[in-house]
Amino acid sequence: MLKERLYDYLLHLGDNSMILGQRLGELCGHGPELETDIALTNISLDLFGQVRNYFQAAAAIKGDGATEDSIAMLRYENEYKNTLLVEQPNDDFAHVIVRQFLFDVYHQLLLKELMSSKDETIAAVATKSIKEVNYHVGFSSTWLKRLGDGTEVSHDKMQEAVNKLWRYSLELFKPTDTEIWAAESGVGADLDQLKPIYLEKIKMFMDEATLGLPEATVFQYGAKSGRHSENMGYILADFQYIQRAYPNMKW
Amino acid sequence: MNKEWPIWEVFIRSKNGLEHRHCGSLHAADAEMAIQNARDVYTRRQEGVSVWVVESKNITASNPTKNGEMFEPAADKVYRHPTFYVLPDEIKHM
Amino acid sequence: MENKTLSLDDQFQERIDRGENIEAKDWMPEKYRKTHIRQISQHGHSEIIGMLPEGNWISRAPSLRRKVALLAKVQDEAGHGLYLYSAAETLGISRDELMEQLNSGKAKYSSIFNYPTVSWADMGAVGWLVDGAAIINQVMLTKTSYGPYARAMVRICKEESFHQRQGYEIMLSLCNGAGVQKAMAQDALNRWWWPSIMMFGPRDEESPNTEQSMKWKIKKKTNDELRQQFVDQTVPQAEILGLSIPDKDLKWNEERGHYDFGIIDWEEFWNVVKGNGLMNEKRLKDRNAAWDEGQWVRNAALAYSEKQVERKAKKIA
Repeated sequence: MLKERLYDYLLHLGDNSMILGQRLGELCGHGPELETDIALTNISLDLFGQVRNYFQAAAAIKGDGATEDSIAMLRYENEYKNTLLVEQPNDDFAHVIVRQFLFDVYHQLLLKELMSSKDETIAAVATKSIKEVNYHVGFSSTWLKRLGDGTEVSHDKMQEAVNKLWRYSLELFKPTDTEIWAAESGVGADLDQLKPIYLEKIKMFMDEATLGLPEATVFQYGAKSGRHSENMGYILADFQYIQRAYPNMKW
Repeated sequence: MNKEWPIWEVFIRSKNGLEHRHCGSLHAADAEMAIQNARDVYTRRQEGVSVWVVESKNITASNPTKNGEMFEPAADKVYRHPTFYVLPDEIKHM
Repeated sequence: MENKTLSLDDQFQERIDRGENIEAKDWMPEKYRKTHIRQISQHGHSEIIGMLPEGNWISRAPSLRRKVALLAKVQDEAGHGLYLYSAAETLGISRDELMEQLNSGKAKYSSIFNYPTVSWADMGAVGWLVDGAAIINQVMLTKTSYGPYARAMVRICKEESFHQRQGYEIMLSLCNGAGVQKAMAQDALNRWWWPSIMMFGPRDEESPNTEQSMKWKIKKKTNDELRQQFVDQTVPQAEILGLSIPDKDLKWNEERGHYDFGIIDWEEFWNVVKGNGLMNEKRLKDRNAAWDEGQWVRNAALAYSEKQVERKAKKIA
């Protein structure tokens, strides 16, 4: 039971990084400048590095020949536990930055807590990853300011992206049974405690960027327990393609 | 008319104890972005522990057509080098 | 005293002959400058276009390990494009002009990237063959006469060394794998072999720039010499994989101490150069889209930076 919970929690942690890393990977070669292409790829690589740490630990728990790749690539869609936010598409650079920013601020708060996780592996991964994610927050928040407070055109595009993506943000803080277990057992973070800090930080950065949060938002939930948006099927069609088309082979 | 981001020169200290060395250039809209870009472009393989950036237009360079008057006069000042001075063989290190 | 009787051009040539490097602010013949802008920018364009056929497989890489390696490799290519553009910029052309030349189709880039990447094995073949061919050229260019270009090449060669190994390792996994995997690898070799050996450019007798390039030490070996070097080093690597190179005329020539190989289909080469490859249009369309859709981002970042300067000035006043 305990092992199953821990396994499940590792998937919660890994899946967000993995799907966001995958989205960023799609952009490589298509960014607004060479320098930004390189920067976003670095973030993607950081995220995939974290995923591998989580999933190697998960594979050890699962046993039975499980590997980081079988866990990453051979689940059914409703078994992925990432949030709706990270599966949103790269509509334009504004969406990329806002999505990144909304996730980074959460990710930073989460990892700070996980550094003192009772699970040694999670604590170790968090301690390594927090440095990466501190940088991600710096990157996405300065871009949020630049584009929010840049030109009229960029302001409007950013506001539109905020209006569209904000509804997916609070799912990050709505705990699943596994996340409640993790908080109670000292393995994971207590999301209820992090939420007000998150809201305050987001508001502060948004103000600086001259952007506003939409009022009366109807928040969307469900992906963490397997009810994903239509995007997810297409992400997995790419992500799993080779493993599904050529089963049981080494690459 | 669209303007492009200015060019910055990047200097990296590879480890403490060594000087910063010029390693290349890049484009960035402001100093903060230039530091971030320099980190992402030029330190992906742990090449550095410290980064300087300076906008290229702020560098004053010597003029290569004046290299003769600039640098050649130093050539015959051999007395600035230790080997110019003759010491007895018994003195091995000085 | 003798120097004074020499023309600037002759003095310049003397410097090159002595093995001196030329730096950005040094006097140089206009043709030297133009040739370098053309060559360095073509080289940079090739890196940037080259991101696309491989970027095509990042989302579909078969394992996490392969995915991060491929991401890092394509990212390096952006870096290499950047280093090369920077070197070109020292000669007085701007990034915007470089992008404009690429996007408008005015500038050339390596034709190899106008071939499609249709299977995972292509990531192996591109790394092994295309990067392998590129490295041969690039190692030579680390000794080129123009300083900024040579320094960019040194940096690029250091970073590239993992690219070819990455590709070869992919091929090796496929060739040690299931039959369908090995067939995939053979198919990729069949498609990439000839385009790879075309990468060294036309035959020496049809390469009018070679003589001048050698004189200026932009090049130290001819196209055919480099091509031969590539074939000689690659054939044994294919043998280790257990793959056969699609050239019935390929055989070791004891007397020459080199492999003989078949005749290249130059009609195909020129066809692709002229824009009739399968992917020419798509590659340029993708680059144009990235650049055009990024314009508002670049403008906004600059506007923000100018606002910050103004605000600072106001605070002080």
